[in-house]
Amino acid sequence: MIERTYKVIADTGIHARPATLLVQTAGKFDAEISLEYKGKKVNLKSIMGVMSLGIGKDAEIKISAEGSDAESAIQALDELMQKEGLAE
Amino acid sequence: MSTIIKGIAASSGIGIAKAYRLVEPDLTVTKQAIENPEEEVTRFRNVIEDVKSQVTAIREHVEKTLGEDKSAIFDAHLMILQDPEFLSPVEEKITNEKVNAEFALKETAEQFIAIFEAMDNEYMRERAADIKDVSKRITATLLNVELPNPGMVTEEVIIVAEDLTPSDTAQLNREFVMGFVTDIGGRTSHSAIMARSMEIPAVLGTKTATTDIQNGDLIVLDGFTGEVHINPTEELLASYREKKEEYEKQRQEWAKLVDEPSITQDGIQVELVANIGNPDDAEGAMKYGAEGIGLFRTEFLYMDRDELPSEEIQFEAYKTVLEKMENKPVVIRTLDIGGDKKLPYLPLPEEMNPFLGVRAVRLCLERTDLFRTQLRALLRASVYGNLKIMFPMIATLDEFRQAKQILLEEKEKLVQEGIPVSDSIEVGIMVEIPATAVLADQFAKEVDFFSIGTNDLIQYTMAADRMNERVSYLYQPYNPAILRLIKNVIDASHKEGKWTGMCGEMAGDETAIPLLLGLGLDEFSMSASSILKARSLIRSLSKKDMEQLAEKALTMSTAEEVVELVRSIETE
Repeated sequence: MIERTYKVIADTGIHARPATLLVQTAGKFDAEISLEYKGKKVNLKSIMGVMSLGIGKDAEIKISAEGSDAESAIQALDELMQKEGLAE
Repeated sequence: MSTIIKGIAASSGIGIAKAYRLVEPDLTVTKQAIENPEEEVTRFRNVIEDVKSQVTAIREHVEKTLGEDKSAIFDAHLMILQDPEFLSPVEEKITNEKVNAEFALKETAEQFIAIFEAMDNEYMRERAADIKDVSKRITATLLNVELPNPGMVTEEVIIVAEDLTPSDTAQLNREFVMGFVTDIGGRTSHSAIMARSMEIPAVLGTKTATTDIQNGDLIVLDGFTGEVHINPTEELLASYREKKEEYEKQRQEWAKLVDEPSITQDGIQVELVANIGNPDDAEGAMKYGAEGIGLFRTEFLYMDRDELPSEEIQFEAYKTVLEKMENKPVVIRTLDIGGDKKLPYLPLPEEMNPFLGVRAVRLCLERTDLFRTQLRALLRASVYGNLKIMFPMIATLDEFRQAKQILLEEKEKLVQEGIPVSDSIEVGIMVEIPATAVLADQFAKEVDFFSIGTNDLIQYTMAADRMNERVSYLYQPYNPAILRLIKNVIDASHKEGKWTGMCGEMAGDETAIPLLLGLGLDEFSMSASSILKARSLIRSLSKKDMEQLAEKALTMSTAEEVVELVRSIETE
């Protein structure tokens, strides 16, 4: 299992478009990918799961992946976060 | 045999097409115990696949016909249909509680909807609507009932609905919509405004359209009389087809007049301008060939909100209209509240006779704080076009002087602050109180223009409440008494080199136009959709002849005689 923690820097948090992008990216991998915030863990392939966390700016979040392509999944998500200026 | 139902004629024209019901089917779900959860889960999964292909098909169709921004909503729907967090709780519920899929879905969806609706973010609340839409479609498919798919309409239809909301109409391919019939709504409802902007006929408020009309019934819609014929006889159909064709032909003739001047046979030019209620209406006005705005009612800025609109909000609205009208004259009327119009955040004392009480400029002179805010916004906007300011309900010269004084004070303040203000703003009054009409010669020395508000002028002159049906027979625009008042106002303005407009219903009335032209009215302000028709009429008349007609009308003794007189020239 690979884990990575981030601090959300986007003003709008992980709402709307960023949430959609994350879910779409996660959906491309076989690995089980989850997103954790305030002790609540959801499937990162679920738009409703991600949005129901209501992640705002400055939130500490954890992404974890498990499975054969876990590593490339985390890498792709990491790139997306950087590119979109979502988190650091 | 055909059936007739009646409603409010909200948009003119004749529509003939098959009915398309935009009516929600009954999707009531009951809880049922099931024997075999595994089978139920399979049924649920199959339905999800089915719904996915339905949505994909709608998405593709909508993208092709209406563009990508309209189809984007279906991408959101597809994402929900693929969402494990949404689907697995349903399947778990079916398995663990041994309940039917419809019920499991309903409970799950409700949970999610509650979560999203509780979020203090507009975007998230909209996602609740997406979940509702998707669940509705899944439920309908589970129940094997058909949902209306306005996006999939591919032939000419008449839309039958209880009421139409913006989201209903967003997916309609306008090309195929030949008319609207609704159960509820009136001339100012969303459906009516939509129909008029699409230039399709509409009959609203029929109360029973959705019960009386079935999908596929042949409908004849008369947007002039408010009649709706369901499965009409061949004879009736033929006569309506003829009417429709005639109207289309006439409209095409009118459309040619968009850029033509409003000029009489003997070369006298008048101005045809539009009454509007909000900045968006300005586009429609331009499309219908308005030569300006004769009345911009500013009340919309004050309605439907919880507090007084700020100077900034007002400034933006006035600026927008002025810019959209590209230097054509725009008459903006200051706040006309009170009477039948009330504001939730501005409690006014109850009055015995609100129409004779503190309304319009009377209120503004009492509450100068809100008056000053509006005037500042107007003055700031004045540099973006050709602005004229008009005070409503002026009864005495003193009121006009007070209002103008406040305007000048605000202008001076702005100049001091270094904010640019136009130096050529005309300041006029509405003439709707008989005293003002009688004393017009004195007013004309001080105002830049008059605009006759006939609806109120008639009610005050005849002492007949226009909300009271029992005295509606006294609403007589053609009464010689009214015509004489109008003449007095027009003549007084001309003597001082000023102009007179009219912004009541009467200005767009076919019977009144010949008379008003003859009386020398300079500017006719009406709803935008009446302009081309009025222009065509004016271009067919000679001012000289109409002067004679008006002169005769002034000597008549009753409204009926006047109407008869005007009709006689039409049949000549």
